[in-house]
Amino acid sequence: MVDKRKYVIPGDVITTGPFRPEQNVMLVGEKIIATAVGISEIYDDSVKVIPLTGKYIPKIDDLVIAKVNSHTSLSWELDINSCYVGFLPAQDVFGRDFSAHADELATKLKTGDLVAARIANFDRTRDPLVTISDRDLGKIDSGILIAISPSKVPRLIGKRGSMIQMIEQATNAAVTIGQNGWVVVSCDTPEGLLKAKIAIEMVNEKAHVANLTDQVKEMLDKKSES
Amino acid sequence: MGGRDATMVLLDENGIRCDGRKIDEPRKIMIRAGGLKNADGSAYIEFGDNKILVGVFGPRDVHPKHMSNTDTGILRVRYHMEPFSVDERKRPAPSRREIEISKVIKEALEPAVMLEKFPRTAVDVFIEVLQADGGTRCAALSAASVALADAGIPMRDMVAAIASGKVADTIILDVNNEEDQAGQADMPVGYMPNLKKITLLQLDGVLTSEEYKKCVTVGVEGCKLVYEIQKQALNDKYFGKKGD
Repeated sequence: MVDKRKYVIPGDVITTGPFRPEQNVMLVGEKIIATAVGISEIYDDSVKVIPLTGKYIPKIDDLVIAKVNSHTSLSWELDINSCYVGFLPAQDVFGRDFSAHADELATKLKTGDLVAARIANFDRTRDPLVTISDRDLGKIDSGILIAISPSKVPRLIGKRGSMIQMIEQATNAAVTIGQNGWVVVSCDTPEGLLKAKIAIEMVNEKAHVANLTDQVKEMLDKKSES
Repeated sequence: MGGRDATMVLLDENGIRCDGRKIDEPRKIMIRAGGLKNADGSAYIEFGDNKILVGVFGPRDVHPKHMSNTDTGILRVRYHMEPFSVDERKRPAPSRREIEISKVIKEALEPAVMLEKFPRTAVDVFIEVLQADGGTRCAALSAASVALADAGIPMRDMVAAIASGKVADTIILDVNNEEDQAGQADMPVGYMPNLKKITLLQLDGVLTSEEYKKCVTVGVEGCKLVYEIQKQALNDKYFGKKGD
């Protein structure tokens, strides 16, 4: 269980003792020190800091929204809102029998297209390898793209998806959240679309507020009356 | 930077300096985190009459590509003074002094920033001095450290900086422009307060070994004061005014 939460900045000593350092903390002697601005959480045997700012760093199995930047004859390059570019090999789309002479990559994905993708592999030495061959993945045909801070994605999802479910139900919109901070919203009615957009932007701006779920709910209810 | 006033008293018999400060009193310091929308992180500092703006980008792609390192990220710092930052127009091209300070600040930040987490990328720090009044390198380093934290770049510790020096045979904290011009020694100190490590130490002037030790101690104590203000700046932006 979460023991106690604390606001920390880089260099702050969170605790001392035999804990396992997880994300955004480091161990110096006995002390566990924060390396990012955020909220520290102490569990039974581990300590981590939930960052409040920062760029998206790819992690294996993350769902991301990506934009096609360019392609060669063998692969696409995707912008995944990170310091690294996503690499999507042509075999992933055309299958094993892909041939560089016969298949033209631009027929499947063009520059500027949005795709829902998954990080298939990533390590320090290579750019992240992404895949779109899975259920729910692939080209996104409709909807608008909203960019939020990647550090606020967990807040937008909420506990067990509570926040996003509430927004989806209130507006009838379909929301796809990429871990990289890009969100695609599509909706049949323009009103719903607008409302969902406002709600998501509200979460982005007020991520640190305690009873945010209630505030967003209030906003969604109010707008539907008028 | 302006003619020297021969009649100016740097330290009077009551231990009051030319701008009314005591010997161990820094100038008024204000730091604000954030403020620039297009940069990944930013900070603004007012350190007495110094006014400095810092923007941070990254981690991001390295251009030109040959500068990138497959083992670690790289840090690039540009310290630049505006033409209007000093009495007489300064030519905007990077001068010898600015190149030196860029290098010195970069090397003072490197021990704090965990660049090895982002191989093949660069973190760019742009420092613009809007108004200079002595001690800009220390003020710039303090602000750059806040801007890096604001950008969410993992850091081992904040870096706080302040200058100590020797004026009228006395060791003082926070050397201003007049004291820098007419004083006997000037020692900028950069310090990581939690790890208790010095990342920047320069000395211009002559000190005995006793004075040298005292100067470092005074500088380190000053850095702790600056650190509290840096901490407050980040608390104000991220956790509301109350802090923790």
